Order: sequence, then C-alpha cells, then structure tokens
Amino acid sequence: MAENDVLIQAEQLTKRFPSSERGTDGFFTAVDGVNLRVAAGEVLALLGPNGAGKTTTVRMLAAILMPTAGRAEIAGFDVARYPREVRRRVGLLTEMPGLYLRMRAADYLDFFGRLYGVPPAQRWERIETLMARFGMAEALHGRLGEFSKGMRQKLALIRAMLHDPPVLLLDEPTSAMDPYSAKLVRDSIASLRSQRRAIIVCTHNLTEAEMLADRIAIIRRGRIVALGTPSELKRQLLGPPLMEVRVAQPLDGLLPRASELVQVESWGSTWLRYRTEDPRQTNPRLVRWLTGQGVEVVTLSEVPRNLESVYLRVVEGMGGEEG
Amino acid sequence: MIATMESLPLRERVALALTITRREVSDTLRDWRIVVPIVFLTLVFPVIMNFTADVALDFVARYGAPIVGERLIPFLLMIVGFFPISFSLVIALETFVGEKERRSLEPLLATPLSNLQLYAGKILAAMVPPLLASYLGMSVYLIALYLTVGWTASPALLTQIFLLTTAEALVMVSGAVVVSSQTTSVRAANLLASFIIIPMAFLVQGESLIMFWGRYEVLWWILAGLLVVDLILIRMGARIFNREELLGREIDSLDLRRGWQSFRRFLLQPDGIEGALTLRRLLRWDLPLVLGRSRLALVAVLVAVLGGVGLGWSYALRYPLPNGVLVLKGAPMESFQEMQLAFLPPFTIWGIFNHNVRALLLEIVLGLFSFGALAVVLLLVPMAMIGFFMAQVSFAGYNPLLFLATFVLPHGLFELPAAIVTTALVLRLGASMVSPPEGMTLREAWLLALADLVKLFLLVVLPLLLIAAFVEVQITPRIVLWVYGG
Repeated sequence: MAENDVLIQAEQLTKRFPSSERGTDGFFTAVDGVNLRVAAGEVLALLGPNGAGKTTTVRMLAAILMPTAGRAEIAGFDVARYPREVRRRVGLLTEMPGLYLRMRAADYLDFFGRLYGVPPAQRWERIETLMARFGMAEALHGRLGEFSKGMRQKLALIRAMLHDPPVLLLDEPTSAMDPYSAKLVRDSIASLRSQRRAIIVCTHNLTEAEMLADRIAIIRRGRIVALGTPSELKRQLLGPPLMEVRVAQPLDGLLPRASELVQVESWGSTWLRYRTEDPRQTNPRLVRWLTGQGVEVVTLSEVPRNLESVYLRVVEGMGGEEG
Repeated sequence: MIATMESLPLRERVALALTITRREVSDTLRDWRIVVPIVFLTLVFPVIMNFTADVALDFVARYGAPIVGERLIPFLLMIVGFFPISFSLVIALETFVGEKERRSLEPLLATPLSNLQLYAGKILAAMVPPLLASYLGMSVYLIALYLTVGWTASPALLTQIFLLTTAEALVMVSGAVVVSSQTTSVRAANLLASFIIIPMAFLVQGESLIMFWGRYEVLWWILAGLLVVDLILIRMGARIFNREELLGREIDSLDLRRGWQSFRRFLLQPDGIEGALTLRRLLRWDLPLVLGRSRLALVAVLVAVLGGVGLGWSYALRYPLPNGVLVLKGAPMESFQEMQLAFLPPFTIWGIFNHNVRALLLEIVLGLFSFGALAVVLLLVPMAMIGFFMAQVSFAGYNPLLFLATFVLPHGLFELPAAIVTTALVLRLGASMVSPPEGMTLREAWLLALADLVKLFLLVVLPLLLIAAFVEVQITPRIVLWVYGG
C-alpha cells in the first residue's frame, strides 16, 4: 500500500464516554486503540457484535465525534484539527437513514447538495444520475414518507455519494433492501472501488462482507481483534485448508496408509477429509497414490469455509454478544 | 469541485445557515398541527381581541372609568403578540430534540457546516414563523382597532411591544435549545419545558400589572433584562449545541450516582491535589487553587463592590441627611446594645453570625436561578450602604476613612472577604453553565464550581463569619468608643 494512496488512517484511535457503571472508573471505553489504513480503491469491512464500537469508530472517522486519544486522518486531513475539511471529503451513510419524511426526494437531495457546497448545475446532474443508477428515477419527486424502507436506504446512500467524496463510510448499506436493490448497491460499491475511493463498510451480512471487502476487520469491545483478507483470516483462525477427496471404490484397508501421507480429519467408505498447509504439493501426491492403489478419484476439492465460521470463532471465543 | 469551507466568505457561510432555516421553515409550514393554530392566532384571535376591546371600552365608559379601557387596549396588543410566539417553544423543541429522536440529526452533523451555522440556522427557523405570525397578528389588531374605535398606538409603545415580543420569543427558543440538550425525546423535552413556560407566564403577568399600572417606562427595564437573559441563553446554547454533546447523550436519565461521585471527587480530591482534606492542605493547596480558578469572578465582584460603594455615595449626594442627625462624637456603649431596629439582627455574636449566614445562603439560592447575577445585586446593597454612610459622615464633618476603619473594617476584614468569595463562587457557578471551561462538559463544570463553593463556604466562609461576628460584637464597639466616645 503506497503511503500517498492511503485515504483513511487511524492510529491508536480511542474514544471514552462518561459512564456511571461500577468498575468503569467513571468512563466507558467505546473504541480502544484502533489502528486502520484503507487505501484508494480498497474496501474494508468492519465486522463486530452490536455495541462493539463500529459506529463510534465511523463517527470519529467522519469527524462527528472527536477522539479522546490517538489520531485519524482522512485524505491527509486530521479529524481533530480539520473536522470540516474531513466532513467535506467523507460520504457517511448513517445507521438509520434519518430522512425528512415530509420532503420530496429531489428537494431533500438538493438540500444536502447545497450544504456540501455542490454547485447547482452539477448538483442536479448528480441527483439525476444517482437516482437513475439506483433505479429510483421515477421516485425523484416522490414524498419520502411514502418510500419503502429499501428506497429510504437507497436515498440515504445517494445522499452520502452526492458530493462525490473520496472516502465513503457506510453503515449497513444494504439493510432492509430486497435482493435486487442490494445487488445494485453492491455493484455501486464495486464501481466506486474501481474509481479509487476508499470505503469502509460496517455490516452484519458476512456473505456481503466477503463479496465486497478486500480486507476485513473484526472489532470487539472497541479493539480490532482480527484484520486481514478473507483468506488470511480463514487460515489464521480456522487453520490450514480442509480438502475432501471422493473416490469410486471403498477405501477399506487404505486408511492407515493414507494417514501417513496426509493429516486425516474425517472419513467415510468412499470419502476422506484432510488438512494440508500446501495443497499444491499434497493433492497431486495423494491422487497419484490412490490411482496407484487402483482407486479412481471422482472429485478433489477444498471444503468451503465461510466468513461466518471465522467471525463466530472470534466472537464466541471471546464471550459472544456485547453487553 | 468544491471551495474550501474555511475560505468561504461570510455571506456564503450565512447563506449555508439560512439553507437550514429555509428547509426547517418549509417543514414547519407543512405541519397542519402548527399552521392551523398559528393562522387562528394571527387572523382570528386579533379580531376577537379587537371586539373585546371595543366592548370593554363601551362598558367601562358607562361607569366613568375610561382609564381601564385605555390600559386594556395596549395590554391586549401584548397578548395578541405573545400567543403566536408561544409556538416558537413548541417548534424549537421539535426542531432540536425531535431531530435527535427521529435520528435525522446525524446526516446533518456529517455535513461540513460548523456547529454555529447549524445552531443559528435552527434558532432562526424556530423563531421566524411564530414571530411573523405575531407581527401580523398585532398589525391586524391595530388596523382593526383604528378602523373601529380610531385608536392608534404611540411609536414608543409600539416599539416596546414589538421588541418585548421578539426578546420573549428569543428567550423561549434559546431556552428550548438548553432544555433539548438535556434530553433525547420530545416527551422528556416537553416535561422540562415547564422551566421556560412558568417563568414566561410570570413575566407576562408582571408585564400586565405594569401596563395596567401605567408605568410603561418599566417595560424598557424588562426589555433590558430579557436581552441579558437572551445573551446568556444564546451563549449557553451555542456552547451546548455541538456534535459531541448531541451524539454523546443516548438516554434520558438523571444520573445522581455519577453526579455525586464527580461532586465528591471535585470536593475531596481535586486534580493535582493528593492526601486527605486537612486544614493544612486546605490553606496550602485547595484555597489557592479555587481562588485561582475563580479569579475572573473575583475581579468582577470586586469591581461590583467598588461600584456599590460609589452608588451609595452618589445616593448620599442626592439625599443628604439633615444637619445634626449624624453625631458620632460622644457615642456611649449603650447605643450599640440598644440598636434594635426591626430589620437588624440582635446585637449578639450568634445573632450577627446567623444573619450573615442567612444573607449569604440567600445569595446562593438567588444566584442559582440567575446565573449568579442576583447574588452580586444582593452584595451591592450593604456595599451601597457603606458608601452612603461614608458620604454622610463626610458631609457631617468627619473623616470618612476613619469612619470606615472604625465602624466597618475591624469585623469587615473577616466579613467582607467571606462575602466577596461567596459571591464570586456563586457567580462562577452561574458562568460555568454559560461557558464551561474548555474540555469540560457543562455538567462537570457546574459540579466543579459547586464543589468549590461548598468547600470554601463550609471551611473558610463560615469560620470567617464567626470571627467577624465575634469582632463586631466584642471589638468594633470598643474601637468606635475609643475613637469617637466622649
């Protein structure tokens, strides 16, 4: 990651709120020493249980809340020293759409466009383009109170993208959306990535995180407890890849000798699962040996391990949902 | 694509604030629950008031009391103006805390606008529709009155009523911002709104009495007072209306335990001071720390004390005592013991101590409700009396400084610092709400100021008052007799 490519950077980012709970020393630490770097053209998914500190982290990166300790920079601007410059460069999709329901979509977007200082001609061009991109062109003059939940969410996303910011902080971007709308949003995020935006997506949808994100950070009790690409996290938390070989003939009597070749995890009469640190070497060797024993190999594949397993391993291993 | 925010000229920054105002006003005008009553109060209510005035004029004229009618007409003008602006409170609570409740505030906070732009835009939005309705209502009332009975208001009265109405609207709106900062739901804000409604109701009743009494010049003083309150509340609101405060509070709860913990810490273990609170620690560390923190308030109170003495002296110039009334030479000891006027405490150590403690407690209580201002006013009274009598003894041919040194200073050396320190701490308590120190929440700043007040009042002021009472009863009379006695 080139230094000048980094658009979001947090170092030891910490936020403490006053608290009256016993044993808290008068403060509750919502975010505790978070380190993050997101480059242009990169999507980082921020995962974590409710109350883990995702929203507070995003609010600090959006210069809405000031860090108690540590620092963060957005596109080179320190969030504490230049909050207004930071806010100009951030498109924030809040946890709740938070729309003015008596307004019409066009007026609403025009209002936010003005606040972000988008010149009128570009404002209307952007509004029409984005509304069309999200399949909302016909709803341009509709009253927001009459919009479905999904439409409101899409409109909030358009609001976040209206001023063409280099950094997008998206809290649950596809929540309440039907599958088609969710795909539109995911495609849009992918397109923004290709336009070299830096994007942080907070989500509980692990499949979506895996589809969208280049890297994933799991946050718990205000701390980043796991960070890496989906495959790095799987390897780190679930161990080496698990392979499954299916054969045409029964494996009777061959199992003890197979165990000398690979680390067998489980087996049946015509299948075998094993772990290997190096599938490129191990798999051909096993296939050759089985063929040599007169056993025909039907399939050999990696057992799919989804992000959910990684997430649950991290969260369950540390005590489940936040209080 | 976008100009930098910091480089925007003032005109454009104001335009951004007005963008907020425009949106909020049009949103308000879409709400029939607000629009219908405002229209009624603007167009129908003035006509009813006009009819009432007409009937009342006829009625009182029949009984030879036209003055009642004359006083009634301006009073009704004030009422016609006041009713629509009462909606500014409703709108302000809705626009500030309603947005928080509906979660529509965060997208607004994510924009590049400054806290002040957001605050100013919303304040204007809450004020403009009710104020316009109020002005329009008063105009309808005045025009109708001119057409029916030919009555016209004097320019001075018109100015007074229009300015009072505007200042009252501003008090309600800026007060609503302060109330909103302490809540996250409109329901809770409505409950707290009684802190604004009740004083305003008293104010309107007071104004009514003054108008029926015919002392219209007093309304200027009320207007001046309202403007001071406006400034205080706007300053306080601008300090409170910031992103950190707005998003930091998630639930409405009166957290007494945490409040007590903070207060106790400020009282017993202030920052940088360690060990148990002993007399040695109090004098060496706590006292200088608290006085240092209160230095601005101390300076303000000292200036007020000197002003009070000057004020008393100026009154003495206007109202000199007749010759021969003030005779100091040859005063016997009995004159002190027999000095038992109704408003003076018994001339005993306990009597004087008790009186002084009650006076300072009254200062504290009044100061709590007036941002410290009434505490200063209360201290001005004895200071003005000292100035008044110094001037009078001077006119009677005595040395005023000798009078001060004999009659006041022996016990005043203890009593005056006690009163000045208490007043300064009460003033700081009020100021902490208007402008908390940097890095402190309003609650912390207030609790710190309260802890400082309680600590010094109990451990420094009360002992000083006890010594002062002893000196006043046992030593001051002897010094006076020694200097002036026959």
